[in-house]
This record gives sequence, structure tokens and C-alpha cells, in this order.
Amino acid sequence: MIEVAHLTKSYGAVKAVDDLTFRVEQGEIMGFLGPNGAGKTTTMRMLTGYMPPTAGSATVAGYDVYKHSLEVRRRIGYLPENLPLYPEMTVESYLLFVARIKGVVAHRRKAQVVEAMEKCSVVEMRQRIIGHLSKGYKQRVGLAQALLNDPQVLILDEPTIGLDPKQISEVRELIRSLRGEHTVILSTHILPEVSMTCTRVAIIDRGRLVAVDSPQNLTAQSAGAERVYLEVAGPADKVEQAVMGLPGVLRTQINAVTAGKVQMEVESQPEQDIRSELAALVVNQSWKLLELRTVTLSLEDIFIKLTTSEERVLTTDMPPA
Amino acid sequence: MRNISAIIGRELRSYFVSPVAYAVLTAFTFISGFFFSLILFDVDRWARQQVEQTARFGGAAQPVDVPGLVLNNYLSTLEVLLIFVLPFITMSLFAEEKKRGTIELLLTSPVRDLETVLGKFFSAYTFFLVMMGASFLPMISMFVFSRPDVGPFVAGYLGIMLFGAALISVGLFVSTLTESQIISAILTFVIILFFWLINAMGPFTTGVAREVLEYLSIVGHMEDFLKGVIASPHVVFYLTLMFFGLFLTYRSVESLRWRG
Repeated sequence: MIEVAHLTKSYGAVKAVDDLTFRVEQGEIMGFLGPNGAGKTTTMRMLTGYMPPTAGSATVAGYDVYKHSLEVRRRIGYLPENLPLYPEMTVESYLLFVARIKGVVAHRRKAQVVEAMEKCSVVEMRQRIIGHLSKGYKQRVGLAQALLNDPQVLILDEPTIGLDPKQISEVRELIRSLRGEHTVILSTHILPEVSMTCTRVAIIDRGRLVAVDSPQNLTAQSAGAERVYLEVAGPADKVEQAVMGLPGVLRTQINAVTAGKVQMEVESQPEQDIRSELAALVVNQSWKLLELRTVTLSLEDIFIKLTTSEERVLTTDMPPA
Repeated sequence: MRNISAIIGRELRSYFVSPVAYAVLTAFTFISGFFFSLILFDVDRWARQQVEQTARFGGAAQPVDVPGLVLNNYLSTLEVLLIFVLPFITMSLFAEEKKRGTIELLLTSPVRDLETVLGKFFSAYTFFLVMMGASFLPMISMFVFSRPDVGPFVAGYLGIMLFGAALISVGLFVSTLTESQIISAILTFVIILFFWLINAMGPFTTGVAREVLEYLSIVGHMEDFLKGVIASPHVVFYLTLMFFGLFLTYRSVESLRWRG
């Protein structure tokens, strides 16, 4: 449904988006994850036909975003980061206007607007002036606007920003309900949001794609090494020494030492479960094993790892050879 | 076409919920009405003097075209008023969309850039026509109490219509350059003022320079219309200016995409 190939956007010497390539299949919900200024908004703006790419190409629903911009724009719903609302209009008249410029035929307009208002629960606000609404309601009116004309592709830039927890879960539920029928790209910097709503994640950092995968795979594979949490009643230095002596152990990290107890994390080579060796070691030394479990990296850890890894810093800071 | 009318509809509604539209309309109606009375009294006094003088020297009284003179003076007053008022009508057109971020909605909906530009232009022009309607109210009294020549009316108002279209296209272009309505209005005013004052520089130059300066003057081309003559070079001048302004606007809106 969406195909992006070597998409690049430069502002002078600065590359806001640098050689992005990815695909989003029909019915998928793709999450864009990245720190502020990573190029998420710029990428979305290119996909919506708002700005042309400097190099590379992107097609949405089979149409090139630059050459057939109007065809693309007929098929997308877009919620920009800065809500495109006219504060002096009422919710309903605003949505009717958007429906009109989106090409919804006259006799379908009213019904479409009501449907969008219902989906975003703003029906009771239909006669209110947008300028008088709270941030949460404005956000929902913006979302309703994007849903008008039942677009094949939805591009949502920070859809849950400014909402309260209840509204956030409602919006997430709404986005999840679009899965299968609509193709959605959403950007966020709230990590749990991605694992809750998205079928796939693209991590973007400094304009470059760092990883694309399902949230589950990312969490599973990006770990790189196995981590085990260990709590033992015994002398800290001896425990550490003994653990380091085990085959396959890469490094240890002592979290806390309290009254004869030591809490540590042990990192071993990937795909090597050292829990039984650890347990045997502790028992052999006649220390007391208090806790032993594997530590799974959260998406947050992976995100930080991927966007701040040393290799990354080196490749971007070094001048091209 | 449907998109253009959608944009005009929204824009006009915005005009009339904002106090600016009412302030401009009220001020314009009041000031133009005020000047109309002033001109009427002035012309009337002058005409009576003329009649008295010719009678004193025993000549036959020459007919004085009072409605024609009033019309001529009134329209040139309107022309000057428009130079001050139109920047307030065009200042928000694109500047406000940029400031609110709604420009992103317009540029990502299936509306051609040209349709957006024309929609904006015609909404400002419609508001201008409402103003012109208000300016016509005092004229009704002329038709009630005298029998003026219709020709000069048609020519004069046609001139004003073209003049307004040219000025609006300049203001429309300027409004794409900034997010600030104030800067938009001031810059538009300065540009129009420049093309107005160019006329005054004419007499200090000679030859080609003088011809160029006089040709570029936006008020110079109104003179024939005010005399009741519709001459094609002047029609062409205003239409050219209008199309040039619209073209620049179109290009500028297009460049908003590149500049982000």
C-alpha cells in the first residue's frame, strides 16, 4: 500500500530524512518511533504530498506522491502535528468544509461527518466553536477530519498528544479498530503506544531508518545478549568473581549490595541460557540463592540502544571518505 | 470549481465572524458617504457660482454637468480610500492559514494549488464587491434627484472594479510571504503606495523614464475611466497586474511546499 524507496529530504546541507526505504502492506499499522527531530514529520509530509522529496520516491496506493499528488491526496487522511483547525468555526461546519474539499459528494457529506464525529466521540460538541474546545477535543476533531471520506491510508502525526489517559486509550482503540481495513502510519514518541497499537515499528534516528520489525521481534532479537537477574546472599566481590569465571559470561553489573546480599545483572552470550550454571555455582559455594530470572529488554531499552549506539554516532559524525 | 466555491464559502464566513470585516465595512461606508456629501456640496456651490458669474457678465448660462462632476470626484476619492482599505481585506488570506497550520490541510487535500489561490482571490473580491455596493448607496440619490449620464457611471465603476482586482492580487501575493497579518497589511500598503507615488515622480523625469514611470502608475490608468472612457490599454494594464499578482501567488504557494 505504501512503498518508500531511498526517500531523502535535505534542507541545504542538512539531511532531515536520509535514504529511507520501507514498505507498509495493506491493513498494517506502522509506528514511527524516534526522538524529536528524527525526521518523522518530514517523512509524513512527503507521504501526504505536502512537500516533494529531494531524492528517492514514495508511492501510496500505487500512486507516486510527487507525480500523482492529487490521486494520493484523494486516498489519504492526514492528521498533522499542528492541528489544522479554524478556531472561529463550529465543529460541524469545519468538518463539512473538510468533507467538501476532500470531494465527498453533497448527499453523503452530512452522514460522513456524523460518522466521523461518532468515531471520535465529538458528537455532543458539534455546535461548539472550535476555538473554545479543550486540547483533547481539538485533537479529536483533528482526528475526525482525517477519517472523513473513509481514506485507504491514514497518516497520523502524534495522534494521542494532549489527551488524557482515558481519551488516549479510546483513540488507541479507534486506531486498532482500523487495522485490516485501513493502512495506518502513526508517529509517536510514547513507546508503549507502539507496542499496543502497531503491527510493525520503524525506528528512525537522525533521518535514517535504524530498524523495522514487529514490536515482538524487535524486543526479542534486538536484545543481542541474554540478561539474567541474580540475587544472592553472599559476599559481593566473591560472587562477582565466581560468576565472571563461568563460561559464556560477558559482563556483570552489581545493582545493589545490602547486608550480605548482592543484586546483580549478568550478561551472557546470545542464545545461551546460563541460569542452571548460575544456580549450580551458587549452591556449590553454599551461598543462598534468593532470586534468579531472565531480564527482557523493553522496547524503551531497545530504542535507546538503537538510537544512541556508538557505531551510530561514529558513522554519522565521521566526514564522508 | 466545487473546491473554489468551498474555499470562498469558508473564507466569507470567516470574514463575517471577525470584527475586522465589520470595522472595515463600517469605516468605508461612513467615510465614502461623508466624502460624497462633501463633494456634492462643493460641486453644487461651484456650479451656482458659475451660473451667477455668467449671468453677471450677461452671457447665456452654460449647462453644468453636476452629476458628472460629483461622480468623477467621488470615484477618485474611492480610489484613494481603496488603497488604504484593501490591505486590511487581503492581509489574512494566506498569512492566517500559515499561522494556524491550516495551510497544511489545504495543501494535503485533493485541491489544486490554483484552486486554493483562486478561491482566496474571489473571496476577497466578493468582500470588495460588498464594499462597492455600500459605496453605491449615495449614488442612488443622484439617480433619484437628477438624470445623470449612464456612460461615465459604467466606465468609472468598471475602472474601480479592475483597480480593486489588481490591488487584491498584490495583497494576496504579499499574504503568502508572512505569517503575520500586520506585516502583510503594511507591506501591501507600501507596495501599492509605491506604485501610486510613481506617478508623482513622472514630471521630474523625461523621455523613456517618464513614459515607464507613467505607465507603471496604478492611478494614472484610472484617469480615462473617470472621464467615462473605456480604453483597452488601461483595461489590459489592470488585468495584467491582476494576472501577474495571481501568478506570483500561485508560485509562492507552490514554494511553501519546498520551504516547508
